Amino acid sequence: MLSQQIITLIEKELKKYPADQRQSAVMAALRFVQDEKGWIAPEDMADIAVYLGMPQMAVFEVATFYHMYNLKPMGKYTLTVCTNLSCQLCGSGDTLEHLHKKLGISLGEVTVDGKYGIREGECMGACVDAPMFSINNKQLCGRLTNEKIDQILAELDKQ
Amino acid sequence: MSAQIILATANDGLAKLDNYIKAGGYQALRKVLTEKISPEAIIAEVKASGLRGRGGAGFPTGLKWSFMPRNYDGVKYLVCNSDEGEPGTCKDRDILRYNPHLLIEGMAIAAYTMGVKTGYNYVHGEIFEAYEVMEAACEEARKAGYLGKNILGLDFEFDLHNHMGYGAYVCGEETALLESIEGKKGQPRYKPPFPASFGLYGKPTTINNTETFASIPCIIREGGQKFADLGVPNSGGIKLFSISGHVNNPGNFELPMGTPFKKLLELAGGVRKGHKLKAVIPGGSSMPVLPAEIMMDVNLDYDSLQKAGSYLGSGAVIVMDDTTCMVKALERLSYFYYEESCGQCTPCREGTGWLYRIIHRIEHGEGKPEDLDLLLDLCNNIAGRTVCALGDAAAWPVQGMLKHFRKEFEYHIEHKRCLV
Repeated sequence: MLSQQIITLIEKELKKYPADQRQSAVMAALRFVQDEKGWIAPEDMADIAVYLGMPQMAVFEVATFYHMYNLKPMGKYTLTVCTNLSCQLCGSGDTLEHLHKKLGISLGEVTVDGKYGIREGECMGACVDAPMFSINNKQLCGRLTNEKIDQILAELDKQ
Repeated sequence: MSAQIILATANDGLAKLDNYIKAGGYQALRKVLTEKISPEAIIAEVKASGLRGRGGAGFPTGLKWSFMPRNYDGVKYLVCNSDEGEPGTCKDRDILRYNPHLLIEGMAIAAYTMGVKTGYNYVHGEIFEAYEVMEAACEEARKAGYLGKNILGLDFEFDLHNHMGYGAYVCGEETALLESIEGKKGQPRYKPPFPASFGLYGKPTTINNTETFASIPCIIREGGQKFADLGVPNSGGIKLFSISGHVNNPGNFELPMGTPFKKLLELAGGVRKGHKLKAVIPGGSSMPVLPAEIMMDVNLDYDSLQKAGSYLGSGAVIVMDDTTCMVKALERLSYFYYEESCGQCTPCREGTGWLYRIIHRIEHGEGKPEDLDLLLDLCNNIAGRTVCALGDAAAWPVQGMLKHFRKEFEYHIEHKRCLV
């Protein structure tokens, strides 16, 4: 079941598109589910399909095509580290290594307490701030150093 | 004209409507609407400006606008491509988050010119903060009568909505982007038909890059010729350059077309201390790499870079110093195209994986002498044989690297380690 909050958000998105093009809101709907639950389960895709009046397979196609959807449970805070060229040149390898040391996890993994997950990202379109990661696809943290990463993690630990 | 036309920073505060208006914002739109300038005259002005698509393809904007059917009664759409995911490129992000009303004004003028009432701005999924600024700016513009019905109290209607991507490089290709707005996988369409006749929801549609739209208000205010004169012949106006990688002060810079690369490098604080420039990718990761000795004499405009063997692309300049292993750099780029191929065309789906696996094995000391010719053979069988340009984008970096740094690849194969 989609929560009332998600339905309210989807309804707001639907206003952007012609009335007969409800499918246009599918990307946003998947995003809202992920924001609420941390990941998107097949049952959520089925609910979205019913709500938007589209085949369940078409929702599945979208959820699996776009990289930023989590198709398995991730951490409460999922850090997506860009490893593309500008970031690689500026030390994204060191970023990953430091996160590995601090959190004990590698790409695609989640800490035992479920608090942190790390994913590999493709170009975030913010290359002048390399190296960087995003937190839950919402906040970009750039020009990372080991000290800055420690600060960010300390802040998240408090929450 | 002021020195900075498009580029703003957080300190300018232009994301707030009041400040934008105080700085002369929405005057171009007001001029167009109150003086009832004809669409033909606007297109002529844009053509005179020499403005070419700033997303990377460099197609003349005025010409693109002229393709939209004039005497068509049905719905037409205007789409802004803010899906900025070409590695190295991050200029549109600064327009979205620091100067959103400039984009709205540019799109409103374009909408008036082409008789469009609805627009979409497709924002790269990774820059949520910029999406939120755009959402707030559109809302503010709507309330103040710059979007919606009866704009400026006149008989003109245009509304703009933001659509967020969610991690697919290929959606920067205009027809994949349209599919994505329709709520589908972002797989490019076969052209023709072109979007101007069959675009979003099957309706006539014009798609331009964020920076392209953001250049329009200045062109209308100051005149096309004045804008063109800022640049050089065949590369009119000013352009945003993102410079990243091994420089002291990476950032976005607004410069006249035709500015020497040397000058941009200087603005970016030069190469990291204690190191020498080795190579530069001058226009986003898809463009062929150029060695330092060529780059230091090149000007940043369409013709100069083409003559030098690369392209201006999106104006994203990736700087590599003498510590860079070209095999490792190319391995990462090839992985990117492999990962981002939409899987629709066999040469790209299979070929990008093949390219990546060969470069991966060279990087890991398992390359064979015949691999380099195999790579070039593969490139020739991918480029130009796919529905969209992603296949070409995957081939060009490989061809560029082997043209200028073949020796480094040979060394890697022979000695099973880096030259640097």
